[in-house]
Amino acid sequence: MSRVAVLKGGRSLERQVSLRSGARVEDALARLGHEVVSVDVGLDLIRRLREAQPDVAFVALHGRDGEDGTVQELLEILDVPYTGSGVLACVCAMDKVLTKHLMVEAGIPTPEFFAFSETAFRDLGAAEALPAIEDRLSFPIVVKPSSQGSALGVKFAATAAEVPAALVSAFSYDPKVLLERHVPGRELAVSVLDGEPLPVVEAVPRDDHFYDFESRYDIGATDFVCPAELPEGVTERVQEMAVSTYRLLGLAGFGRVDLMLDSGDGKPYVLEANPIPGLTDTSLLPQAADAAGIGFDSLVERLLELAEARPAAA
Amino acid sequence: MVCPAGHEGYARELTLMANPPPRSTSRDLERYAGLFASRTRVMTSSAMRDLMAITARPDVISLAGGLPDTSSFPPETFAAITNLIARESCARALQYGPTEGLEETKACIAEVMAAEGMRADPDDVVVTTGGQQVIDLVCKTLIDPGDVIIAEGPTYPGAVPTFSAYQADVVQIDMDAEGMRVDLLEETLDRLEREGRRPKFVYTVPSFQNPAGVTLSATRRHRLVEVARERELLILEDNPYGLLRYEGELLPTLYSLDGGGLAQAPGSAGRAAPFVMYLGTFSKILSPGIRLGWVVAPPPVLEKIKVGKQAADLCTSTLSQLMVQAYFEQGHWGEYVGSLTGLYRRRRDTMLDALADHFPPQAEWTRPAGGLFIWATLPDFIDTTDLLARALRENVAFVPGSAAYLDGRGHSSMRLNFSGSNEEEIREGIRRVGKVIEEQVALFGTLTGTAQAPARRSEPEAPAGTEPGARVLPMPRRGDAGRRAGSQ
Repeated sequence: MSRVAVLKGGRSLERQVSLRSGARVEDALARLGHEVVSVDVGLDLIRRLREAQPDVAFVALHGRDGEDGTVQELLEILDVPYTGSGVLACVCAMDKVLTKHLMVEAGIPTPEFFAFSETAFRDLGAAEALPAIEDRLSFPIVVKPSSQGSALGVKFAATAAEVPAALVSAFSYDPKVLLERHVPGRELAVSVLDGEPLPVVEAVPRDDHFYDFESRYDIGATDFVCPAELPEGVTERVQEMAVSTYRLLGLAGFGRVDLMLDSGDGKPYVLEANPIPGLTDTSLLPQAADAAGIGFDSLVERLLELAEARPAAA
Repeated sequence: MVCPAGHEGYARELTLMANPPPRSTSRDLERYAGLFASRTRVMTSSAMRDLMAITARPDVISLAGGLPDTSSFPPETFAAITNLIARESCARALQYGPTEGLEETKACIAEVMAAEGMRADPDDVVVTTGGQQVIDLVCKTLIDPGDVIIAEGPTYPGAVPTFSAYQADVVQIDMDAEGMRVDLLEETLDRLEREGRRPKFVYTVPSFQNPAGVTLSATRRHRLVEVARERELLILEDNPYGLLRYEGELLPTLYSLDGGGLAQAPGSAGRAAPFVMYLGTFSKILSPGIRLGWVVAPPPVLEKIKVGKQAADLCTSTLSQLMVQAYFEQGHWGEYVGSLTGLYRRRRDTMLDALADHFPPQAEWTRPAGGLFIWATLPDFIDTTDLLARALRENVAFVPGSAAYLDGRGHSSMRLNFSGSNEEEIREGIRRVGKVIEEQVALFGTLTGTAQAPARRSEPEAPAGTEPGARVLPMPRRGDAGRRAGSQ
């Protein structure tokens, strides 16, 4: 039995999802007989952790601060073991631009892209390069903030005229954005637990005429198929790609890799990796674990064990 | 569900490690999802709801709410009322009441309606749990899935989930500075008739509309009631803010124009208002916490509403009803409304001044003569949902305009509330929103090579509404006469 500080909430835009993930983890920990210290991450985080003296911290934060290495750095300083990935892996995975550059170098297929910072446009006149980019990627182009974890700020630009407004939206979330070739096809997610792939989940929007990124995690708006029914060899291929991405980024404990199976060339492409996937009852990783026969409590227990077994980074 | 080949061993290993599985799993969830009624499909996305939840953080200046200021209600009055109820009607206050409401409450309602020139036969009134319940009960009474409701564009964001829950097909009619475009309404009615679809009712907030802040002009009020009579069309007149007027003349309500006026002697012209259902509430003139509203409707409709009300909650809180009665007996409710009106007028003026100082010249906004809200519209290239995410980093919030539409419009507009924050917060909040907008305008200029000096304060080159792009609710821009509160 351990004393576990569950870090949740915080100030990110995914605060609500994090509160749901955290609450579910707390219930599981209580059932497993652990002592739970619930921490809504804020200005008093360090004081709370020093007071509670937890054996381990369960990081159930999503988005800024929790998933980008900030909280992990603080936990390293306080010498508290924690679930999930270390600082460097979080920094890499939360930055889609960095992730994609690493994937390109490692030969993991990812949709062609170009990335810009706000200063490139403001100080270097990058706007003049937009037509060249548009030629290379061809429309529709997906424009997204580099770091936002949820679907917020993700826009499709169907024509060149729509690109500037889409950029303004994406820059609302991050000073760095990327323009990416739109991959039409099937949305797949491969969760990875301690370096091993779980069954593939496919997200199938119910209203396929209305492609809505945001509704995909609403109960009833999207059907999740797990394991996804995929053509011969594709399951193995996407699982292998997910594990390669997981290793490439140095993720630990768990993670989720999102892919598109291109309906054009039939090939899978990695979109991004999530160092702290959602753990709510509609989230994909728990569904995948469940399909592999791993109940939520076992999942939580396993993540704790991995955290406590990991040698300190320093 | 079967684990794919190659992972069974791994899965078994993990399962063996695990305790006996306590299952609250995705399988359960799928089972529940399979049971959900199609009406539970909501319009707003989870990301949007999560975003709105953050606006409630205590360090955020929220111009997003629609909260009346209850801090000015005298605590000694509240104590006197509750004491009186405890002494004189304790048992009754704790008991169920009639579904249609207490006679005493209906007398108070008659007083409030008379203040706006209306009369209501107590038999035609049902007391409800807030005004929101009226919207629900009217839909419950009239709407089958796929039925048409006509609403303003933008419409009250709180009505959107109700309309969605009854699976109504909502057709939104554009507004301008004089409220709903009744000419467009007539065109729409003609079109619907050609398509063989008959709208069940027109939902409107004629005075100081939420969210647009505009007021339906007298001419259009007359025409709207005529249209309703000619076409035998029901109107739901939602009037929560009518008494919160900061300038200008009292306009007749649709209900009074349909025969419910004080001047028309009871009985002389038969039943009041055959085509207008009237929704009133104590939320904005007394307290939203007591959850007390009412509906006046033609008797056959009212009978069905009563049946629906009985099924929903049997009766409205007796305690709340007796509190209103005790409060009204003191005879000072009009003075309290007067004090609220003064408070909100100052806050509105503060917000209008702050908007003129801090919003860029490309922005437009309405100038409400009453109520709680200003509606601002930004250039097309700004999506106010994304802007809200950015504004939250500056600890300020508003309602993105898309919340007021069911048809995907409104993405570059926002609703700003001035009743729930003090003048200092309003000034600071608008300053912060203005700063974020200026940044985005400048960024867009950089991206398109059309950089505009952000500090431009000159007259607009073109009259509002003539520029390309479908603007929502076109309004005069900054620089036009009379935009500042001080230059009326």
